[in-house]
Amino acid sequence: MASSCSRTCLQYLLHLAHDNLDFRLPSPFWCLNSLTEEDVRSVMARSVCAKSAFELWGRGRTHSELRTSLLNYSPEKMSPYVHKESTYRINVYTFNKTLLFADRIKKIDALEYLPFEGTVSLKSPQHIFCLLEDYGTDPNNIPEHPNYVYFGRWIADGQRELIRSHSVKSRHFIGNTSMDAGLSFIMTNHAKVKENDLVFDPFVGTGSLLVACSHFGAYVCGTDIDYNTIHGKGRSSRKNQKWRGPDENIRANLRQYGTQKMYVDVMVSDASKPVWRNAALFDAIITDPPYGIRESTRKTGSHKDIAKAPDGSYADSHVPVSQAYNLSDIFADLLHFSAQHLVVGGRLVYWLPVYRPEYCEEMIPHHACLQLVSNCEQTLSSHTSRRLITMEKIKEPKENRASYSELDGLAGAPDPRCSPYHGHNAFREKYFSGLNKRSSKEDTRADVDGK
Amino acid sequence: MKLLTHNMLTSHVKGVTKGYPLLIKATEVKVNDVDFNPQFVCRMIPKLEWSALVEAADLLGHRQDLPSELVPDYEKNEDFLKKVHRALLEVEVIEGCLQCPESGREFPISRGIPNMLLNEDEV
Repeated sequence: MASSCSRTCLQYLLHLAHDNLDFRLPSPFWCLNSLTEEDVRSVMARSVCAKSAFELWGRGRTHSELRTSLLNYSPEKMSPYVHKESTYRINVYTFNKTLLFADRIKKIDALEYLPFEGTVSLKSPQHIFCLLEDYGTDPNNIPEHPNYVYFGRWIADGQRELIRSHSVKSRHFIGNTSMDAGLSFIMTNHAKVKENDLVFDPFVGTGSLLVACSHFGAYVCGTDIDYNTIHGKGRSSRKNQKWRGPDENIRANLRQYGTQKMYVDVMVSDASKPVWRNAALFDAIITDPPYGIRESTRKTGSHKDIAKAPDGSYADSHVPVSQAYNLSDIFADLLHFSAQHLVVGGRLVYWLPVYRPEYCEEMIPHHACLQLVSNCEQTLSSHTSRRLITMEKIKEPKENRASYSELDGLAGAPDPRCSPYHGHNAFREKYFSGLNKRSSKEDTRADVDGK
Repeated sequence: MKLLTHNMLTSHVKGVTKGYPLLIKATEVKVNDVDFNPQFVCRMIPKLEWSALVEAADLLGHRQDLPSELVPDYEKNEDFLKKVHRALLEVEVIEGCLQCPESGREFPISRGIPNMLLNEDEV
C-alpha cells in the first residue's frame, strides 16, 4: 500500500514561458498531480509553452515553509538521487527578478539541510535540481521576498528551441501572413498531430503550418487559391528582396528542416469548391483562413457575364476571375468540409478573426458533427483579436451533404446566413474603421493641447 | 502530383456525377527516393480506392505487379507494402493533366502541382 502510494503521490511542477498569456493560466508555475514521469516527459516532448518540468520535492510561501515541506518529503523518494555515488548541481531560477550571482550562491547554501551525499558537478551532473522563486507578475512592483518558492528535480525541458530554430525570419520561403513558429507548433499540438498522420491545410499559403506538422512526423498536403504562392513565384515578402528566388516554395521549406519526405502534395484550388472524394481522409485539418485584411478573401466565380470566343473556349492565358468570399461562408464551408473529410476523432484547428466589441461565445461557428474543444484568444488590437478554435469530429455526417439545416448545429436556424457570425463579414470594414477612429481621436487631442 | 493524392481527388465540374477517378495524362513522370515507412503505408491503405490506384499506376507504366485486389494480411507483408509505398509516394507526375471522366474538362499539372481551379462560368 505504502509503495504504490509513493508512486502515485509524486507531484510535478511545470515552469511555463511568459508569452501567449491568453493561452494559459495566470501563473508561470503549475503544479500537477496524478501523472507519471513518462506522462510529463511526453508532454515536454511536444510543448512549446513549457520551459521545464520538475519532480516537485517541496514548496512554500517562504523559505521556512519550503524547508518544512522538504524535510517532510520522503527520504526513500530522494535517495536514488542523493546517494554517495551521485553527482548533482543546483540551479536557482527567479521569475520577475534578477539576482546577483552572490545571492544565488547564498540561496543554494541555505539548502544545506538537504541530505545530498553525492558530489557537485557543474559541467556534467547526473541530476539537476532547481530552486524556483516566484516574485509575482508585476515588473514595476518586485517584492523583496518571493511570493512562493519551489524545489524540485529537473526532468525535461520543453521544445521552445523550435521557436528559434524554425523562426520565419530564417525560413527560405515566406509570405505576408506566414504563421510564426511558436503558434504553428501550438496549433499542431491542439490538433494532436502525431507520427504517420495525414494532415491537410486548405489555405496553405507558404506552408508554415505544414512545416510544424511535419516536424512531429505527419505527412502533409495543402491547397491555396493563389497560383503564385503555391508555385513560389511573384513578389518577395522580404524587405530587401524584390522577387522570389527559384528555390522558394513549400517543398523547399520542408527540405530546410529535413522533413521533405513528409511532403505529399500542394495544389492550386479553391477551398469553397473542394476537390476531394467523399471519404474521411485526413487525421487533422489545420489552417489560418484569410481575414480580408492582409490577404484578400476570394473564390472563383464572377457576377459579370464573361465574354468567350464563339466556340465557347477561353484564351490560354485566362486567369479565373474571383469574387469576394464572405468570411462567414469561409467558416461554414470549413466546418462542413471538416465534418466530411476528417476521420472520427480527428481535429480541426483554425483562427477565427473577431471584432471584440461585438464578440459573444454564440458566434463561434458550430456543426453537429464537430465538438468544440477549445477557444483561445490572441489580442491583435483594442478592437480586434483572433481566436484559435479547436474542434473534434465526433460523428459522421448523414448522407445528404446538401442539407445545411441538419448539419449546422444552430437549432431553428436552417440558413447559415442567420448565424451570428454573419456580422463578421463586415470584419474588414470594422477593422479599418476602428483604425480611422483612433487616429482621428489622436489628431483631435493634439489640437486640444495646442501642439 | 503523387498517386496518393490522385486517389483522393475527384472532378468537381458542375453537374458531373461520375467524376472519379480523374484520368491522368502525363507528359513527364519522375520516380523519387522516399524513405519507406511501413506504418504510414498501412494507415493509408484502408483509405484508398484500390482499383483506382492500380489503374493509375498501370497507366503511368509503374504498376510493378501491384495486384488487382488488395492482399489479405498486408500489414506483415513487407514486399507488398514496399510496392504500395513506391506507387503512392515515389511516382510523381510532373507535367500533364488530370481529365474529368465525364465532362472531359482538363486540369493542368505543372511542376508537379495540379491546378484545380474552375473558370467562373463552370462554378
